[in-house]
Amino acid sequence: MSFLLVQALSGLATAATLFLVSSGLTIVFGVTRIVNFAHGSFYMVGAYAGWSLIERFGGTPAGFWGSVTAAALAMGVLGAAMEIGLLRRLYRSPELFQLLGTFGVVLVVQDLTAWAWGPEDLLGRRAPGLKGSIDILDQPFPLYDLVLIGLGPLVLGLLWLLFNRTRWGTLVRAATQDREMASALGVDPARLFTGVLFLGCALAGLGGALQVPREAVTLQMDMAIVVEAFVVVVVGGMGSLAGAFLASLLIGQLQAFGILVFPQITLVLVFLFMAVVLVLRPHGLLGRAEEVPPTAPATVTVPLSTGGHTGSWALALLALLAAVPLVAGDYALILLTEVVILALFAASLHLLIGLGGLVSFGHAAWFGLGAYGSALLVKHMGAPMPLALAGAPVLAGLGALVAGWFCVRRSGLYFAMLTLAFAQIAWSIAFQWYAVTGGDNGILGVWPSSWAAGKAAYYWLTLALCGGTLWLLRRAAFAPFGYALRAGRDSGLRAESVGIDVRRFQWMAFVLAGSAAGLAGGLYAFAKGSVFPTLLAVPQSVDALVMVLMGGIQTVAGPLAGAVVFHLLKSEVMSLTDWWRLVLGLIIVALVLVFPRGIVGFLSGLRSSFVRRRA
Amino acid sequence: MSEPLLTIDGLQAWYGRAHILDGIALTVGRGEVVALMGRNGAGKTTTLKAIMGLVERRAATLRFDGRDLSALPAHRIARLGVGYVPEDRRIFADLTVEENLEVGRQPPRPGAPAWTPEKLFALFPNLAEMRGRRGTRMSGGEQQMLTLARTLMGNPSLLLLDEPSEGLAPLIVRQMAEAVRRLKAEGLSVLLSEQSLSFASAVADRACVIETGRPRWTGTMTGLMADDGVRAAYLAV
Amino acid sequence: MSKLPMSKLVVRDLQRSFGGVQAVGGVSFTLRSGDLLALIGPNGAGKSTCFNLLNGQLRPDSGSVRLDGTELVGLPPRRIWALGVGRTFQITATFASMTVAENVQMVLLSRARRLFGLWRPAALQFREPALALLERVGMAAQADRPCGVLAYGDVKRVELAMALASEPTVLLMDEPTAGMAPAERLALMELTAELVRERGLAVLFTEHDMDAVFGHATRVLVLDRGRLIAEGSPDQVRADPRVQSVYLGGEA
Repeated sequence: MSFLLVQALSGLATAATLFLVSSGLTIVFGVTRIVNFAHGSFYMVGAYAGWSLIERFGGTPAGFWGSVTAAALAMGVLGAAMEIGLLRRLYRSPELFQLLGTFGVVLVVQDLTAWAWGPEDLLGRRAPGLKGSIDILDQPFPLYDLVLIGLGPLVLGLLWLLFNRTRWGTLVRAATQDREMASALGVDPARLFTGVLFLGCALAGLGGALQVPREAVTLQMDMAIVVEAFVVVVVGGMGSLAGAFLASLLIGQLQAFGILVFPQITLVLVFLFMAVVLVLRPHGLLGRAEEVPPTAPATVTVPLSTGGHTGSWALALLALLAAVPLVAGDYALILLTEVVILALFAASLHLLIGLGGLVSFGHAAWFGLGAYGSALLVKHMGAPMPLALAGAPVLAGLGALVAGWFCVRRSGLYFAMLTLAFAQIAWSIAFQWYAVTGGDNGILGVWPSSWAAGKAAYYWLTLALCGGTLWLLRRAAFAPFGYALRAGRDSGLRAESVGIDVRRFQWMAFVLAGSAAGLAGGLYAFAKGSVFPTLLAVPQSVDALVMVLMGGIQTVAGPLAGAVVFHLLKSEVMSLTDWWRLVLGLIIVALVLVFPRGIVGFLSGLRSSFVRRRA
Repeated sequence: MSEPLLTIDGLQAWYGRAHILDGIALTVGRGEVVALMGRNGAGKTTTLKAIMGLVERRAATLRFDGRDLSALPAHRIARLGVGYVPEDRRIFADLTVEENLEVGRQPPRPGAPAWTPEKLFALFPNLAEMRGRRGTRMSGGEQQMLTLARTLMGNPSLLLLDEPSEGLAPLIVRQMAEAVRRLKAEGLSVLLSEQSLSFASAVADRACVIETGRPRWTGTMTGLMADDGVRAAYLAV
Repeated sequence: MSKLPMSKLVVRDLQRSFGGVQAVGGVSFTLRSGDLLALIGPNGAGKSTCFNLLNGQLRPDSGSVRLDGTELVGLPPRRIWALGVGRTFQITATFASMTVAENVQMVLLSRARRLFGLWRPAALQFREPALALLERVGMAAQADRPCGVLAYGDVKRVELAMALASEPTVLLMDEPTAGMAPAERLALMELTAELVRERGLAVLFTEHDMDAVFGHATRVLVLDRGRLIAEGSPDQVRADPRVQSVYLGGEA
């Protein structure tokens, strides 16, 4: 009995931290309608900054709490700076750009933090005066956690006062409901938003700094917390403070007791909980029924062109690629094999984004599922390579069939969040189900059959399979199926009114894209000889998005160009410097702000303006 | 004669690609009530939104109180003393009556009547009885009063009133007309869009009749009431 | 061959409230083949709600809508479309990333249940019939332009061609001439009137432009605060004092 009580209390302590962070996220979303991926970064940097300050001044209670406060305020200032420098330019952008832009910040902050504080985990000192524990029904419970438990409701109360008893809070609530009307009454939205970002990020920083006495400060804190905070915000209802509090409590308990019942899949539990809530209560527990205003899908106003000579160009390119092994060495072939695989991966995502307007933030799930499918078939069933490769798209397709049923029920941001959740489920299984997947150690020794073992032979196999699938995807894009998908994206209302069952096409596209990504994953597993959970992780999904965005959403050829440039750039930069994430983050931010139409779109824009000038 | 408070000429506006306004021209003098009249779809609402900077617009002249409005965002226009009361009310439903008023509050400005919640509650006694109530629990007429009161908290010198009588019960319409006359007496200038001739004739000094986004007739309200031809052509069925 | 005027769409006692406020309160009327029936009324009278109830976008609280005797209430818009009720929108909604011809082809593909094709290019299917329809609405010359760059009035014509592509017997047009220049309005209404005669269509349309209503409608319905207050020929409706009072305000 007492054990259960202590377990519930520790769930409450978790909930308090979760609430601090997710309240900031939900406040920012409520007003700006941006899901700030970088929110976790403020939590992490808040923890690092808190650690430094506490090391220096944290010997006394005043010094300790002063340090925590200072770290929180510093994060608020950084958040306000991000609003002015980046978010302000993204308010009217499609959600893809908002999510990606803020993810670029995540990458930059990761490397800058590693540079400033080093890669080692840091252990902070305990809070002075709260080092011990007290007995609760004979079970020891840390005093500091007890303080945290009290802090959750305290912060909720203070926020309530701020929003209900001050002019600033009233203005924020008004702008949350109707931004345009508020500005017509003389409220400057820009200043209000800067203030909101200050508050939201300060809350994240506070949550981070408060962790210093509880756990090690690490470079992985940012993604771990932001994904959990997403779940809390979505479950509670996006923009709802009380919802975030309630959801934090529920998820805190789910984690505390889930670990007793299903220690292997605590993470899965959380995401399943979210998926179930979203299906039963589409707007979250306390969210309001109004739909998140649909931001413009990455608009395509130019018809996709089949291109007069595309067929001959593609054949010429294929012949050229097929001839590469005659001249190139092993290293170049390995690199090129990866490029071809990633091109298929990116093209499969482009099917969803470019044609369906469906921004998936978890496409790596299907890539990884294909890779793990192949690897597991080889490892546990001793399957030969052809069978294992065939299994990859099937397994990924089945996974996408189940996840897709949930995901296509919602559009826009909710779709992105749901795909992210399913990718996290897949990732947690790969990461936690040690007996089958090997957990963090992955699965090694996934090698091709002897006939395909040579670098050139495997390259040719990859080229044939990926080339063939790309061709099929392209046919589908220009066939009625692809048009129906575009019709649903261009105008769902019109599509439904001329008999197109938009959701069904989206579901089919989800499965098709998932299978193609699965095949790419299977090929990748054999190319590398191993699989790791990182194949299903968020950064892998973002890589795919960057490839699509780099190439340009508007064209079918875009993702291929994007894959080539991205992968070569990545290999090149990684061989030169350790700061790959910094570079990638800056590239993403630049793409989002300066080249939203990608390489191919940029080039064809240049071409058409050149043609116009000559005409 | 001094410059009118508001001068508009050659006003164009778009909703996406639909071209809604095509050359609207009108003036509102200090202390004057002007009715912008026309059937629904004529472009009345869009004209008011265009003045406020809430739709994509271009104008040869768009001057208020000696200042050019054409490059300013909505909140700057509001702070110059233009109060906008939308047709669809758009009260902040989660906020109480008092909080709605608080959102509209701006510092007093010279040359315009200064308002306080107490003064407004005297003008709209219904609101006084529900100051702590949330907007979700108010009737249409009460919401309309609140929208007007909220805008007045910004102490505007010009009021843009979009279809103030629409969808209101006759009793509330009379209260609304009375309120507009009181505001005029306080020294406010008003540009209101209206379909109802009876309401417009009860409050307005002058009328500007538009159709399909173009100005068709301008003159005094009594002139409009006397001109059967104009009424039949642009207002009646 | 001329068809006898028959009741295509029979609407009985349609009601719908939003949060306790009745938007449409007991509307009944009949639409016959060859009718060009205008639904007019001041802002907020319930015209849009009425339209959305007819095509299945909204579900009525009570009442019935029968097409040739088949009950439409409760069916999703897709099914109602498949039964022969076409529709155009007040705010144009075409597939902006496709060409004019492809927009019409999509409807033809959908009608032929060929949307799930993964192989043959869509642009090559049903092109001829699509061009014929575009010819009919005067858009054949622009068949290969992207829909996203057309003039507003032309988009409305494309919408009409898309609506006709499914060979509807009933056409619901929500403010067909909104946002168009006066000359374009006239041309579009004349085209619609021709189509009604030619194909024996039954058209119900809402409209602000009184020239369009009184110049072309065969009958007029007047809606005020969710209820029909007048029905009849354009001249009858124009002479009705109740209608005048609704439009001019006051107690008349």
